[in-house]
Amino acid sequence: MASTAPQGPPKALYDKIFDDHVVARQPDGTCILYIDRHLVHEVTSPQAFEGLRLAGRKVRAPEKTLAVVDHNVPTTDRREGIADPESRLQVETLAKNAKDFGIEYYNELDVRQGIVHVIGPEQGFTLPGTTIVCGDSHTSTHGAFGALAHGIGTSEVEHVLATQTLYQQRPRTMLLELAGDLPAGLTAKDVILGAIGQVGVDGGVGYVVEYAGDAIRALSMEERMTVCNMSIEWGARAGMIAPDDTTFAYLEGREHAPRGAAFERAVEDWRSLASDPEAEYDTHVVVDVTELVPQVTWGTNPGMVVPVTGAVPDPASFEDADDRIAAERALRYMDLRAGQRIEDIRVDRVFIGSCTNARIEDLRAAAAIVAGQKVDERVKALVVPGSATVRRQAEEEGLDRVFLDAGFEWRLAGCSMCLGMNPDILAPGERCASTSNRNFEGRQGRGGRTHLVSPQMAAAAALHGRFVDVRTLDREPVTA
Amino acid sequence: MKPLREVTGTVAVLDRPDVDTDQIIPKQFLKRIERTGYGQFLFFDWRLDENGDERPGFELNRQEFRSASILLAGRNFGCGSSREHAAWALQDYGFDAIIAPSFGDIFRTNAGKIGMLAIALPADEVERLMESVDLDSGSEMRVDLERRVIVAPDGREVAFDFDETTRHRILHGLDEIALTLQHEDAIAAYETAHGLA
Repeated sequence: MASTAPQGPPKALYDKIFDDHVVARQPDGTCILYIDRHLVHEVTSPQAFEGLRLAGRKVRAPEKTLAVVDHNVPTTDRREGIADPESRLQVETLAKNAKDFGIEYYNELDVRQGIVHVIGPEQGFTLPGTTIVCGDSHTSTHGAFGALAHGIGTSEVEHVLATQTLYQQRPRTMLLELAGDLPAGLTAKDVILGAIGQVGVDGGVGYVVEYAGDAIRALSMEERMTVCNMSIEWGARAGMIAPDDTTFAYLEGREHAPRGAAFERAVEDWRSLASDPEAEYDTHVVVDVTELVPQVTWGTNPGMVVPVTGAVPDPASFEDADDRIAAERALRYMDLRAGQRIEDIRVDRVFIGSCTNARIEDLRAAAAIVAGQKVDERVKALVVPGSATVRRQAEEEGLDRVFLDAGFEWRLAGCSMCLGMNPDILAPGERCASTSNRNFEGRQGRGGRTHLVSPQMAAAAALHGRFVDVRTLDREPVTA
Repeated sequence: MKPLREVTGTVAVLDRPDVDTDQIIPKQFLKRIERTGYGQFLFFDWRLDENGDERPGFELNRQEFRSASILLAGRNFGCGSSREHAAWALQDYGFDAIIAPSFGDIFRTNAGKIGMLAIALPADEVERLMESVDLDSGSEMRVDLERRVIVAPDGREVAFDFDETTRHRILHGLDEIALTLQHEDAIAAYETAHGLA
């Protein structure tokens, strides 16, 4: 657990956690950092376990490791097993590895199964002040709890399994201050998409980012997770938010979180994690959210984003030659033309899901838009809850009926169409309003065209068959 | 991992910014449980059309770049997903060194772990190197990890930074886990001191 030294220079949240986890320091400054928590899924782990076997090594701390299947699982009925032989083998391989190496494992039928970055927090496996890694770039999500969390590759997965440590060099630090009050109808997704649009898709490369400011403090844990989730989308190694009462209230009573007196002691410790007032950062950026408008991406990376009230930009308007060429390529791929109004763009598919936006609050917000209305007849719309737990809770609240009655499909939990490793993919040329995190070429299916939006904006696009400004809709309350 | 002291070979140029790992290797090839054989899937959707035929407009399909072992790339190369398959695919295809103004953080780390050199140089320097490549007949370059210099096609030497821990490990082809396990006492002491043992 982290603790603040009473003396010494002021420290930022990142420095406190980093310094508290240094096992050894190399002459060049590279540190061997202790890893408290390791999440494992089926796609990036088979070769790591194979490496352990070939070298005759064991998992050093199985109890600090949690495995779950999420990327390959179908979101339709799974009781008959997985039809795709490669997906099935990958899932079976994780099951076998977890069993052989003594790791806790949630299989595709487990009531706790879900997207790795949804279930970690949900189970209280994600705690403030800890170091958390996973062979998945969206591990940055867990930084919402004041944890140092980042994605790693398979070689590092193997390294953590074998040693419970990682080599880390101290990156630069950035304070991203989100100032002002978020206007009504705006979401955490709009905040982070707007910020990426402002700082650029590589604006965070080489940095660990701390999100702070009034707009962040006002966010729920689920909203904070949406923000931190997309840290990697502007290149940051990790994104983090200092824990506060919102954080502690979320964690109390969770399966893997401390309980009773231990929880009280932990909270006291966690309070000391917040950055000291005089802490220094290599860079300080302020993003004002008071004038923010719902965001829609138009291109093939998350930095290619405009307000829904805007239009597709003219590539010639970009100063940088690389940006101009990238914008031209993106428009060709997306089949859009400069000057086209965002609200005139029609969609074929809507995907509400992913580790960015498939938690209960996301589904409630989308359901509030959908209630009593019908999905446009030309649109195929999908809701994929982030976890079986989220799905159950939504059903208890009657949200499944709201979606089903409107014409959405109501699926089982998994990564699904965020990256289409399971059968949920776009056909070539299909255009999708998606609550996921990446609009890369082919991400949701070869030739598929992705527009990133908030759950509310995705729900509205499903109803209207095109992008509409969610602030202009009349909302009806959800009836259970 | 085999030791790597220098890379000498022909150079390919992929002058596009923000090349993400979804392009380097699309998701349908991540379902395999093996570590080898990913080169055939490199830039699959950019390299090949729907019928599996080569797209003539894609840079790496140029005859002069076919046997390249050094790749000059745009800024933020390898951004996005953590899939190490991207680094495996590049290496299996034949690349031993990638030079770009900046890299996706996880990609750069992954490259270092498998002994592929991801070298960041100032953007104008990368541009100069790209300009020095003869696109008609191809050009050779040398990347000397020992001396941390690149010898450009015109013979000019360009120094680069490379983190010392990774450099040492690649130069000698060392197993990183074995190196870390030499710190077992320190790891155990850390766990005891933090009540984690």
